[in-house]
Amino acid sequence: MDKLLGEFSIGLFFWQTVLFLALLFLLRKFAWKPILDAVNEREDKISGSLEEAEKMKVEMAALKASNEDLLKEARAERDLMIKDAKETASKMIEEAKEKAKVEGSKLLSSAKESINAEKAAAITELKTQVAAFSIEIAEQIVRAELSSADKQKAMADKMAEDINMN
Amino acid sequence: MHRLLRILFVLAVTSPLIVNANTHADEGHGGGPETELTPEKQREKNNEFVKHHTKDSHDFGVLVDESEDKHYGFPLPVILYDNGIHFFWSSAFEHGHKVVESNGLYYKLDAHDGKIYKTDEHGHVLKKVVIDEDTKEESLEELMPLDLSITKNVFIIFLMSILMFFLFRGIAKSYRTGLAPTGAAKFFEPIILFIRDDIAIPNIGEKQHKKYMVYLLTVFFFIWFLNLAGMTPLGINVTGNLAVTAALALCTFVITTFTAKKDYWMHIVWMPGVPVPMKIMLFPIEVIGMFVKPFALMIRLYANMLAGHIVLGALIAAVFFFDAFLAKGAFIGLTFFMNIIELLVALLQAYIFTMLTALYFGAAAAEGHH
Repeated sequence: MDKLLGEFSIGLFFWQTVLFLALLFLLRKFAWKPILDAVNEREDKISGSLEEAEKMKVEMAALKASNEDLLKEARAERDLMIKDAKETASKMIEEAKEKAKVEGSKLLSSAKESINAEKAAAITELKTQVAAFSIEIAEQIVRAELSSADKQKAMADKMAEDINMN
Repeated sequence: MHRLLRILFVLAVTSPLIVNANTHADEGHGGGPETELTPEKQREKNNEFVKHHTKDSHDFGVLVDESEDKHYGFPLPVILYDNGIHFFWSSAFEHGHKVVESNGLYYKLDAHDGKIYKTDEHGHVLKKVVIDEDTKEESLEELMPLDLSITKNVFIIFLMSILMFFLFRGIAKSYRTGLAPTGAAKFFEPIILFIRDDIAIPNIGEKQHKKYMVYLLTVFFFIWFLNLAGMTPLGINVTGNLAVTAALALCTFVITTFTAKKDYWMHIVWMPGVPVPMKIMLFPIEVIGMFVKPFALMIRLYANMLAGHIVLGALIAAVFFFDAFLAKGAFIGLTFFMNIIELLVALLQAYIFTMLTALYFGAAAAEGHH
């Protein structure tokens, strides 16, 4: 112990303490604080960036999913639209066909009617004409028959005979 | 700045070779008397050589030519407090050969223990009578002034502090241009982060560690750099000095004690979770433990570094002690191997000191979560 104490130099202890404390305070102000601050700042920045990247990734995935959804929706809509259009078209065609049919039949029937009417009219006229002709013919015949007395008499006889025979 | 560090590393690695060269040059000059030494005397001389190189000194010696007693190096200022301040250069002592007069008082440097004694004008050491209180025996004690000299170790601590200040300020500045490390920061940032993430946070806790970081970082690099300085062939042994490690351990003790929370004191005074008789028993043990912890820190660093230097010194001395060519070669190889080990120890001791300091801080900063 004595030897140990003999090794101890008060002067060296004094200067060591003074110099070490001075170094401690100088380094704190000029070195450790700025270095640790810079390192901390960088670490914060790195972890912040990583976090942000992670967030971006999630966001991107969400965006992609929503895009997909949108696309799917659009596709479904398109399909629906096409189907609708097809339906409408076929319906329209059907309708048109129906209409055409109805119209056609209507036309046909009206045509038939008019034909019948015309026919009837024609028949009537014909009848009238025929009647007129008949009357004329009959008149002429009668006239011819009755142009002489003999004839009138023969006629009368004949008629009388017909009647008699009946 | 990092170029300077690289030079330091290279010096540290090649130091055994340079030491050999230095001592070899010594021998060349002093060839004559050297050969006449008996093995016992040679042993004693080697012993002195090893001891001398682990000691602090008042001048910065690089080489000694023993045959002509010539010292190469430069003097350092001597500051003594003895009824006022005395200031002169250590060259005035002429390595213990001359008595120095300063403000009417006389001083002499003892070349063997490296201490300054108060003398009369003829160089006789002044003594005072000390009476032992128990035995009432009278004994003489040599008078010594309060020595506050800028010794070699103080000078090296000062140089290293300046180097550390500019190195780490430079690193701090390099972060201003961008957050990515550049230059020296590339090397030192992982170490700083290691101290934060693997020493401070696990031992002190995420929440509390910030206020202790400044001390932990400073103490780690301070010890590591000074240990590495000790690996240079300049014969520096700063961290192997009791005064230096005592000052460091005292800092740890003071910070631990003054930042300690209620839990720390409760664990010392009234240990929770044990029966009352145990609480009473544990109180003195815990109080002793409070002081033993920093004491162990002090002794551990001191003893490890001093032992490393003594082993290295002994191995280098052995290279010159044996004449056989093979023995010389073997000891040179062993010295080189020991240097590599010491490089590792330099880092390891800095790590252990910082680690244990963080552990004590952790105990002081802990808040009731048992």
